[in-house]
Amino acid sequence: MRFEWIVALRFLREGGMQTLMIVAGTTIGIAVIVFITAFLGDLQRDLIKRTLGVQAHIVIRPAEEVARPLRDPPAAAAALPQVQARAQRLRSVDQWQSLLQALEATPGVRAISPIAAGPGIVTRGDSNKTVTIMGIVPAPYIAVTRFNEKIVAGDMRLDPGDVLIGTDLAKDLGVGPGDKLRLSTPTSPGDAYQVRGIYDLGIRNLNRAYVYVGLAPAQALHALPGGVSSIELAVEDLFGAENLARRLRRTIPHEVESWMQANPQLLAALSNQTVMTLLIRFFLALVVAIGVSSVLVVAVVQKTKEIGILRAMGASRGRILRVFLLQGALIGASGAVLGCLCGYTLTAVMSNILRSSDGTRLFTARLEPELYLYTLLAAAALGLIAAVMPARRAARLDPAQAIRI
Amino acid sequence: MTASLIELADIRKTYNENTAVAEEVLHGINITVREGEFACLIGPSGSGKSTLLNLIGLLERPSAGSYLLKGRAIQEAGDDERTRARLETLGFVFQFHHLLPAFSALENVMLPGLMRDGAFTRQQRANAQQLLAAVGLADARDKPPNQLSGGMQQRVAIARALALAPALVLADEPTGNLDTHSADEVFALMRHFNQTKGTAFLLVTHDPRLAARCDRVIELRDGSIVSDAASAAPA
Repeated sequence: MRFEWIVALRFLREGGMQTLMIVAGTTIGIAVIVFITAFLGDLQRDLIKRTLGVQAHIVIRPAEEVARPLRDPPAAAAALPQVQARAQRLRSVDQWQSLLQALEATPGVRAISPIAAGPGIVTRGDSNKTVTIMGIVPAPYIAVTRFNEKIVAGDMRLDPGDVLIGTDLAKDLGVGPGDKLRLSTPTSPGDAYQVRGIYDLGIRNLNRAYVYVGLAPAQALHALPGGVSSIELAVEDLFGAENLARRLRRTIPHEVESWMQANPQLLAALSNQTVMTLLIRFFLALVVAIGVSSVLVVAVVQKTKEIGILRAMGASRGRILRVFLLQGALIGASGAVLGCLCGYTLTAVMSNILRSSDGTRLFTARLEPELYLYTLLAAAALGLIAAVMPARRAARLDPAQAIRI
Repeated sequence: MTASLIELADIRKTYNENTAVAEEVLHGINITVREGEFACLIGPSGSGKSTLLNLIGLLERPSAGSYLLKGRAIQEAGDDERTRARLETLGFVFQFHHLLPAFSALENVMLPGLMRDGAFTRQQRANAQQLLAAVGLADARDKPPNQLSGGMQQRVAIARALALAPALVLADEPTGNLDTHSADEVFALMRHFNQTKGTAFLLVTHDPRLAARCDRVIELRDGSIVSDAASAAPA
């Protein structure tokens, strides 16, 4: 094999400008592929984080109650019964304590938070606002939603009698940390609560819609003694949430909803993005391959005489073939090494330039070793494939004719 | 009598076989070349000299006839076997030097060894240095071919042809592009290796002066041998 390496390297060096140009072209192509891949990955993760806000990756709720008419099936078919759908009341997740333990032992689940949520009214003076009153246990809830990052005033603690409200609701009611409010629900006359902290989710309607209290006060307000209305999960693999949800559906008798089901339009937008970038990457790779191929075709023509001499001296067809395949692979691999460096630099620079409306970075550049390793291998393979046609042409040259030229 | 190196019997070559423009360029050639011979092929342009040399050099296949290389029928062998036979038994010197510009003079001489052994070795280097010294180019070994004169390039090519001590060197007008002085030098070198190493040479030439100095002159005209005799002049 060393004969092939020596000759391939010498031919590339002899190519001079031609070799430099194609390596530069390959570098640019690979750099853009690396950039797009890193950029899209980070952008999507970030977009999901922003869009989902404090939504969990998977939510477990009691199954909906269904009204079933008590009739024999044949009669039902003949009589076309009109069945009114049942109004869904607030119920607890059955056996949620033991379910919590089972979920803790499930691989892929990162954090679990029980929630007791229901409708309620916030009152201060003459002002009434309808809200959803969320009963949470702070530590697991933070683990699932990173809610603590959203606190803009006061702090994230929920002792009995404490409440967390959104910035816009706080403005509407004219309250700040330390002020008192009254929370009531259809099932409870309610009680006075002290504002402990103020959060900002970045979306006004959400900032007006939710108030947070401890789990026990919420259970009392919603008449769910000892119960929870839902269990929220965070998963290890964001895009594996639906698969995990499907597995859970088989084992637990409740409704299990992943963020993908809850946000179909977000998922559609993301998958369209993924398809678009796949297309762009594919065509970039194609352009790189065609470039490598055409440069090698020219090289074979330029080196016809040398190939003839090598064949006459005793180089087999296989060796000539491998000399040119190797040149393709070397161009691909060196372009990939340089392209990965440039791609990473580009990603780092762009993450500084591209910022979202609130001035934070749209995405953060991260060095993913697998991305770069795969790119390197794929680029070498791409160069090799691009070299197949010219290499075969070189190997098929008739030495007697090649020398005569 | 020494053993015969190549035996051609009734060799024919037709270009564009099975087409309307089919043309037979060699009509039943019979030649035997023995080990250590120093022979030349002469004849006017288009008489089939180069074609015959390419057939003997395993670069083309005859359309009919039999070819024994060192007693082995070679014309039916596969491409890899013929390639190996070229590497081990034959050396080539062409009219237009044909050194590889990407390699230095010394490396050009080492190329056949690289092909045989798969790597550059110290032994190849020593052997190549010796050969370059023998052709009087010990000082030019690190120069690229394009910095050498035509005569020097041809001397490097001869050193390269001899790198693996082949039994037969085929030379297609090796002096065709050189001035008289360089041509004499190159010819003398081939004669020198023929005598010291016992390598057989078969050269194609247009130069009657050089032909007269070969041991044997084979004359080709219109694809047939018209004379094959020991040279009149002593070597």
